[in-house]
Amino acid sequence: MLEAVPIEYFLYLCTLLFVIGVFGVLTRRNAIVVLMCIELMLNAVNLLLAAFSTYLSDAQGQILVFFIMVVAAAEAAVGLGILVMIYRNTKSTDISLLDQLRN
Amino acid sequence: MTLAIFLTLAVIAVITALLVVLSRNPVHSVLYLILTFFTIAGLYILLNAQFLAVVHIIVYSGAIMVLFLFVMMLLNLNKDTEPQKSNLWKIGGAVAAGMLLVTLVGAMRGGIELQAAAQPNSQVGLVENLGKVLFTDFVVPFEIAGILFLAAMVGAVLVGKRDLKL
Repeated sequence: MLEAVPIEYFLYLCTLLFVIGVFGVLTRRNAIVVLMCIELMLNAVNLLLAAFSTYLSDAQGQILVFFIMVVAAAEAAVGLGILVMIYRNTKSTDISLLDQLRN
Repeated sequence: MTLAIFLTLAVIAVITALLVVLSRNPVHSVLYLILTFFTIAGLYILLNAQFLAVVHIIVYSGAIMVLFLFVMMLLNLNKDTEPQKSNLWKIGGAVAAGMLLVTLVGAMRGGIELQAAAQPNSQVGLVENLGKVLFTDFVVPFEIAGILFLAAMVGAVLVGKRDLKL
């Protein structure tokens, strides 16, 4: 079943998804959308790990994907908590306002 | 047939991922991201990684994206309050991301010599097999992940409290 799809196709798809995530992080100013783009990049890497794991018949790659999902869930919870606190203080989710450490 | 399914899912995933980045309204971004996650779950099923597909749908579409939508509704974000970067930033970001894409694809076109598995095993992604590996070889990282969740939960509650008195 997998012989029909070469591993290179997965490589290119995951690279494209990762680059779209990078593009979003660079160009959006809304902190929630930036967090969502980070999730997209994590997912691109996860998919590539799962693809290699299946092609090599090695379960360890899929275990690693599982742990990445665990960390991503914790990261989203803490990140959104921080975001709500920032919104309470600045009344905005614009990341370009967060430059108080510069001066 | 498999290739056709793969290509369909891949095209949908890329288009919806682009719409996540390009749509002005953050609520639309969240909904497009959920669509992207469903296509990625479809790709997991195509890879016969059934455990990952189910966990992906439960964790991402079920928990994380609901959390994102909830925060967005809580903060009352919509199109009018959405801050925009200037066009110069957008062009710069596009150029930087495009150069990253060119670099990565160029590095990969050198050709990867992938040694196929000696005994191909299509059952590697099933719950039975992964559970055995997870609870024998990876039981210590599994327990540490539990501690990480506890720490993240305590941290999120502390960060979210309105006026904290220590």
